[in-house]
Amino acid sequence: MSHEYVPEIAVDREGKEHKVQGWQDDIYGAKLGFWLFMFTEVLMFGAMFMALTYYYTLHHDDFLIASSSLNRVLGGTNTVILLFSALTMGLGLLKMKHGDVKGAKLMIWATIVLATAFLVIKGFEWSAEYHHGVFLGLDALQAGNADSKPFGQILFFGMYFTMTGIHGFHILIGIGIMLWLLKRINAGKVSPEHYILHFNIALYWDLVHLIWVFVFPYYYMIGAGLTGGAH
Amino acid sequence: MSKTYFDETHCAIGHPKSTFMQWMLTIDHKRIGIMYAVVMFTFFFIAVATAFLMRLELYAPGAQFIDGDTFNQAFTLHGVIMIFLFIVPGIPAIFGNIVMPLMIGAKDVSFPRLNWFTFWLYILGCIIAVASLWVGNGFADTGWTFYAPYSLNTGTNVIFTLVAAFILGMASILTGLNFLVTIHRLRAPGMTFFKMPLFVWGIYSTAWIQLLATPVVGITLVLAIMEKYFGIGIFDPAKGGDPVLFEHLFWIYSHPAVYLMILPAFGIMSEIIPAFSRREIFGYRTIALSSASIAGIGYLVWGHHLYTSGMADIAKVVFSFLTFFVAVPTGIKFYDWMATLYKGKIILATPMLWALGTVITFAIGGLSGVTIAMVGVDIHLQDTYYTIAHFHYAMLGGVVFLLFAGMHYWFPLVTGKMYNEAKAKIAFYIIFVGFNVLWFPMFIAGYLGMPRRYFDYLPEFQIYHQFSFWGAVIFITGLVFMFYILIQAWRKGEAVGVNPWNATTLEWHMPTSPPPLENHTKVPYVDFNPYEYHHGQPVVKFDENMKRID
Repeated sequence: MSHEYVPEIAVDREGKEHKVQGWQDDIYGAKLGFWLFMFTEVLMFGAMFMALTYYYTLHHDDFLIASSSLNRVLGGTNTVILLFSALTMGLGLLKMKHGDVKGAKLMIWATIVLATAFLVIKGFEWSAEYHHGVFLGLDALQAGNADSKPFGQILFFGMYFTMTGIHGFHILIGIGIMLWLLKRINAGKVSPEHYILHFNIALYWDLVHLIWVFVFPYYYMIGAGLTGGAH
Repeated sequence: MSKTYFDETHCAIGHPKSTFMQWMLTIDHKRIGIMYAVVMFTFFFIAVATAFLMRLELYAPGAQFIDGDTFNQAFTLHGVIMIFLFIVPGIPAIFGNIVMPLMIGAKDVSFPRLNWFTFWLYILGCIIAVASLWVGNGFADTGWTFYAPYSLNTGTNVIFTLVAAFILGMASILTGLNFLVTIHRLRAPGMTFFKMPLFVWGIYSTAWIQLLATPVVGITLVLAIMEKYFGIGIFDPAKGGDPVLFEHLFWIYSHPAVYLMILPAFGIMSEIIPAFSRREIFGYRTIALSSASIAGIGYLVWGHHLYTSGMADIAKVVFSFLTFFVAVPTGIKFYDWMATLYKGKIILATPMLWALGTVITFAIGGLSGVTIAMVGVDIHLQDTYYTIAHFHYAMLGGVVFLLFAGMHYWFPLVTGKMYNEAKAKIAFYIIFVGFNVLWFPMFIAGYLGMPRRYFDYLPEFQIYHQFSFWGAVIFITGLVFMFYILIQAWRKGEAVGVNPWNATTLEWHMPTSPPPLENHTKVPYVDFNPYEYHHGQPVVKFDENMKRID
């Protein structure tokens, strides 16, 4: 984006001048576009939550039993981590707005560290589940084997791995674009005067943490009241 | 001579010297639109050829040229290409890109680099879709709808098609997003929403559907992939999953998708009718708002695809009722167009012929749709040739005919050349006759019980299939002739000025023909309605600085 962009002027019949909005320097357009993109993400996860709710009504008990076996300590820790990362991201944006570029970079780094911690914990969680024989493609989650779980539990775990997997993929993308953002800041392309990229990435990160705020209760908490839960 | 957009361009990366790289990296909306057109029409002819192969096989009962499995793959290939590669991106990607920014007086779309990226995402989707012809166990044989559980159990390479559909869906979302922001942000000063040309309204409504419906089918396809390869159980009845859920999720997108196809086509109609009647369009606001309301109601009717799939009776009645509702705004548009023609100074140029032909074919397509919206009738006609004939009358006789209309209408704008009107009209008549001979017998065959997607049939249906075959021969002859005329015109046609049709909207007020790289050199102030005619002449005139002089 060229910063020395000069908007064109249109003249009406009375000779009055009107500024022409160009695509080169359109902060509101960039915000609008990103909000619309966020909306498609909501729809995508929304469809999965809808399917999940439908199956919850069909396989109520199985869902609760499967949910009670998830590790709420690790899941809860991850929730706290993501909430904190949303805070650091937001603080970074405020610092950028107020001209504190160094502070903003520090906050972005903090967010990257927290996001990585989230993925590491998620990795431990998944590998523990794998060793318990609960993972995509393993016998327990296929129909018709001796140790197959009931239908409802197969579905629950299938959707659990799918949705947390897609969410984890979003975290990974988030780390990638935050590193790119740091590069742009260092190159002077993102500055307290032109921080729209920072703004949109912060928006993205808010959505990623918000989706987790729904994933956590839907998967980890619904079976929390059940006795015999592993944790 | 001043430079046009064929002589210079902006690129996404760097400033390449070679013409080829300049096209590959261009971010100019007009060039991107042309590239879409070239790729799409190539695929269009592949899909037409596949369809012709099926017609050939169906000329007589029993097996002649291909076996049943190949036939299944053939109709899937035809459907996948026509739907995902051609008609869904279709008019928005071609004319939305080329014409929409010109109509609102913008220099480009809001995110030109994203537009470039989207085009290549589309190409990636195309490559993956077609690659499965050679990779894996052959092309999918599921039909373009990928219904579970068959799509989960078949040994053919469904995964490539699913992935391709997902990527093409992403491209569609990004196109819609780009257009929405463009229309909201980059309109020329003074141009309010109700001063926009109606094609822009069509694109606007379409963009909302692209944005709001596509993510749902995208994730449905991802879930189908997860189901097929990891067995997560969501659609597989063998694991307690519900295959009808797939149908619901699929049609929540795919029914709005047919309005996504038709709304920009209606937009083209609303441009052509006033331009060749030399008359201000009748009921501008009702046409604009009916586009928006079709987009809205279109979300609430998907259940009419599931009358025979197992659904509560009350739901069937509600969906049936809502489906009738779509006919209301569509009817409003038709009456508005007819009222525009009334006492107009009608000029039967080729684009107008296409538009008027579509009035007939789409009326048949639309009204036959209302008959099968009735639950009782649909139980009889579901999955018969009647439905196929309805769909093709609406899509081919509606969307594609209007795409051709737009192609003739904007041909001089895009190329700066004019085609041979007499020959182009002959091409129209050949195609129009061929089309009706091809599809109308299917209404009767379907009513009498000929099922769709069958590779063999009872001898009493042969007469209808033979009619269809000869219709297809005429139709394809006309198609080839039409494209031949247009390509010849582009290569050595006569140069024309900026406004050969005496039309009123802003894309006909360019400084050069074809337009320069950054469109209007000066942006006009828009304090007029899009279709102002007085005694058959455009009211609004500009000087070379785009200042009004009337």
